[in-house]
Amino acid sequence: MEVFTLFADWLVYGVLGLAPATPLSGALQFFVEDVGKIFFLLVLVVFVIGFFRSMLAPERVRKMLGGRNRLFSFPAAVGLGAVTPFCSCSSVPLFIGFLEAGIPLGVTMAFLITSPMINEIAVFLLISTLGLEFTVVYVVTGLVVGLVGGLVIDRLHLEHWVEDYVWKIRMGESALPEGPQGLKARFDYAVDQVKEIVGRLWPYVLGGVAIGAGLHGFVPAEQLMRYAGPENPFAVPLSVLIGIPLYSNATGIIPVVEALLAKGLPVGTVLALMMSVAALSLPEIMMLKKVLKWQMLAVFVGILAVSFIVVGYLFNAFF
Amino acid sequence: MEIKVLGGCCGNCETVMKMVAEKAADLGKDISLEKVTDMGAILGYGVMSTPGVVIDGKVVHAGGIPKPSQIEAWLKG
Repeated sequence: MEVFTLFADWLVYGVLGLAPATPLSGALQFFVEDVGKIFFLLVLVVFVIGFFRSMLAPERVRKMLGGRNRLFSFPAAVGLGAVTPFCSCSSVPLFIGFLEAGIPLGVTMAFLITSPMINEIAVFLLISTLGLEFTVVYVVTGLVVGLVGGLVIDRLHLEHWVEDYVWKIRMGESALPEGPQGLKARFDYAVDQVKEIVGRLWPYVLGGVAIGAGLHGFVPAEQLMRYAGPENPFAVPLSVLIGIPLYSNATGIIPVVEALLAKGLPVGTVLALMMSVAALSLPEIMMLKKVLKWQMLAVFVGILAVSFIVVGYLFNAFF
Repeated sequence: MEIKVLGGCCGNCETVMKMVAEKAADLGKDISLEKVTDMGAILGYGVMSTPGVVIDGKVVHAGGIPKPSQIEAWLKG
């Protein structure tokens, strides 16, 4: 990924002739480097995954999880949630389809919690921008939160807080058309995936990089540390709260995380913010409102918020 | 030919509606085009990932925007 740093240096300090280490040149350098790096990786990863994507259609996941023992279905739901990308519009049909297949509510929720937090695009981007260690920490924490959240909802027996009409829907057994067959079809499919997914994500990525660049160049580290550093005991719950109305996909938040960590913010606080932005968002909550009564929504948001806060404090205490 | 586009919320479903309508006009095909947003109906077709496309009661596509060449094949088929 060195090449993107070199290119950004060349463009900002060479071609534009800006003096190094000023707020503007720092922000610009960050912006150019991250836009190049992230879009390059995004296209690459989406393309490669596109080759295998059809194997993980939600319809297939539903079949895999249906009628299975919880010992199998909980870990499987969390794992599949992490590798199955789906547009947040699909969370409603997915939710109903899972329940209809007899998949327990807790397992379904575990899937819904993990899915927006962890996906292959975010994982590759995390590895290349923040290193393997942070990535492993993020992924494992995300899986644990999904598992715990699902288990708690399972234990509480909240089925009566799911909208009644959901239980009445019967899913048809239509034979779905086969996915792309053969190398050529898979290649074309992967290219289409790149167009569709990059077409959907680019505003979040640009927005995220712009915020990251602004933080990098213009916000003094001391000031940020005063508000969100170790001296502020409420930094973790605050960053979770801030994350709820902020909606970004896990990919878009990465450049912001990168800038915050570089400023020296504690890992736990940054993790809490990142998870909250990715997994708890108003659009997602509005979407789930169609299938969940408000009590259940409150439990859902509550469990996630508490888990993120616990995660934040734990990491700040131990790292 | 009776075509239904299954999908709830995102702009993708609108895109598919437009693509089908345009392609049908190009080919001079007479179709009835309908958008299905009711979740019960969508799942009734066995579709969980939208947009989906149903032609004369048969699901031909689910999860994503189909390619123009696919749409052409359905309309001709």
